[in-house]
Amino acid sequence: MPRAFTPKVVTANALLEGDVVYLTADDRWTRQLSEAELLTDEAVAAERLLSAERRQAEIVGAYLVDMVAGDNGPEPTHFREGFRRTGPSNYHHGKQAEV
Amino acid sequence: MYRYNDFDTAFLAERNAQFRQQVERRIDGSLTEEEFRPLRLMNGLYLQLHAYMLRVAIPYGTLNSGQMRQLALIAEKFDKGYGHFTTRQNIQYNWPKLPDVPDILDALGEVQLHAIQTSGNTIRNVTADHFAGAAADEIADPRPVAELIRQWSTDHPEFQFLPRKFKFAVTGSPNDRAVTRAHDIGVRMVRNAAGEPGYEILVGGGLGRTPMIGKVIRDFLPPEDLLPYLEAIVSVYNVLGRRDNKYKARIKITVHENGLDTYRDRVEARFAEIKPLFSGVDQQMLREIEDHFAAPAFRNAPTDAYDAARDANPAFRAWSDTNLAEHKANGYAIVTVSLKKHGDTPGDATAEQMRVLADLGEKYSHDELRISHEQNAILPHVHKSDLPAVYAALREAGLATANVGLISDIIACPGMDYCALATARSIPVAQEIAQRFDDLKLEHDIGPLKLKISGCINACGHHHVGHIGILGLDRAGVENYQITLGGDGTETAEIGSRTGPGFAYDEITDAIERIVLAYLDLRESPEETFLMAYRRVGADPFKAALYPEDKGKSRAA
Ligand code: SF4
Repeated sequence: MPRAFTPKVVTANALLEGDVVYLTADDRWTRQLSEAELLTDEAVAAERLLSAERRQAEIVGAYLVDMVAGDNGPEPTHFREGFRRTGPSNYHHGKQAEV
Repeated sequence: MYRYNDFDTAFLAERNAQFRQQVERRIDGSLTEEEFRPLRLMNGLYLQLHAYMLRVAIPYGTLNSGQMRQLALIAEKFDKGYGHFTTRQNIQYNWPKLPDVPDILDALGEVQLHAIQTSGNTIRNVTADHFAGAAADEIADPRPVAELIRQWSTDHPEFQFLPRKFKFAVTGSPNDRAVTRAHDIGVRMVRNAAGEPGYEILVGGGLGRTPMIGKVIRDFLPPEDLLPYLEAIVSVYNVLGRRDNKYKARIKITVHENGLDTYRDRVEARFAEIKPLFSGVDQQMLREIEDHFAAPAFRNAPTDAYDAARDANPAFRAWSDTNLAEHKANGYAIVTVSLKKHGDTPGDATAEQMRVLADLGEKYSHDELRISHEQNAILPHVHKSDLPAVYAALREAGLATANVGLISDIIACPGMDYCALATARSIPVAQEIAQRFDDLKLEHDIGPLKLKISGCINACGHHHVGHIGILGLDRAGVENYQITLGGDGTETAEIGSRTGPGFAYDEITDAIERIVLAYLDLRESPEETFLMAYRRVGADPFKAALYPEDKGKSRAA
């Protein structure tokens, strides 16, 4: 039996600001993880990543990251992505300050 | 201090103009990230977790007031109003935006600062004793040598693509405050039996994944041989160093794998080849550089005001007990300004605080400031009669924390709050430990204790050479903190030993407290420091305190 595919989100950093962005289903880059497209099919995920990587004038370093479906959109499975979603813990800077 | 000549100024302006165009081409899409990345790294621009990060070199940790003011201005205008001072005597800005970076570099250029070679497999910022030019125990000021190395290594065509990054540290004192034994090359200014000045050269030290203490490759190098000999060491490394495996690419591995004697033979052979090519211009340059570092005109004045303030104000007395060091000039003191206020981020200073430091440096310290690898700021030349005024101004700015050298004077790398390479956070761990010991009101009783925290195996937080070291790891998706004990970054350098299994994020502060309480219990007297006690009794009593369920049985790490 093939290994179950962990759902993914395409993420990157914005070219100009360097902050964390996620790819939405309608091909926008969003700052809010809740708006990101949760990819549950491995082939589709690979294809979405490829198309994201072509958008060099908007973003840097696109990659696929594990997520789970939550009540309010995708939720990180690892603490690193939790910090990327929120911002640093020593100051109220980054994403947490933007909402 | 060193002032740029026309060549330096023109070189920097040209580099900045090039980078401005490169940024423009990246933004308009004509450069891909793959093409742009090496260019931005050459100019100190990283991409971190939440934003870009610009790393600016503070050569051998020396700044004048004008430079500090400019750093403050950049923090305010282009960042979030603060900067982070690092263990490599750099300052990092955590939130610059790409289109602003060329302007930031120009602003730095205005005050003779830059971000060149703060990244990449090049010779990085040359660090030095932060008490250079001021310390009572100093044989000679190490900064002219550090500046000579900086000029020689900047844009050196042979050394732009070394197998891995390369770090120099220089000290002019027998008491090593520059961690020279944990650098790729350490230069110690010494005197031989005849009293002649020269250098002891250490090679192959480093922390990271495979920590090693530097080895003496030459115990006495005559002054005129310095640059050709250093060039020979780096040149041999450039050829012998491994490029097949990033984890084996540092010179410490090259020296280790080839053996010190073989490495030395190769260096001596290379040295014999290149020495004739050094016509003496290097020595002439060194003489000129030395003129830039002439000692200020110290004044001769009574210090009664200092003594009176010590008697009258216990807070001032406590601060002067911990934060002052002995100056070579009569009536003067070296002031370490702690950037480790309990509960704050180690090494961070706001723009406002930087301005206060600049003003104090200008008014009371002959226009000089230093940044230490321990992430503090230094006013190197303060007359003791001025100390009460300096203290009052620092206090007003939240900069009078009396904890230098104590357990809350923690080195902490940025860790997972900023760094893309991190495996765990370090800043909040430092904040909590500092806060805990402040609440316990114990740290002055504990005495000298160096606690250092890294957020991954790269060891930017120097945890291996902390009396207590903490290494943050990712264990199955959870932050876990390993403890090492007995490390030492001075002339008696040693790598700390791991105590055993690590601790969870919410257990680590308690674990540190148990170690420290065990020390207080077992020390022979308050004069026996933590490190002395550790060296006397070994790790077992501390392990027993850390892992009570084991009842002190020795436990495999
Ligand atoms: S030790 Fe690791 S986490 Fe800390 S700054 Fe260095 S690379 Fe980043």
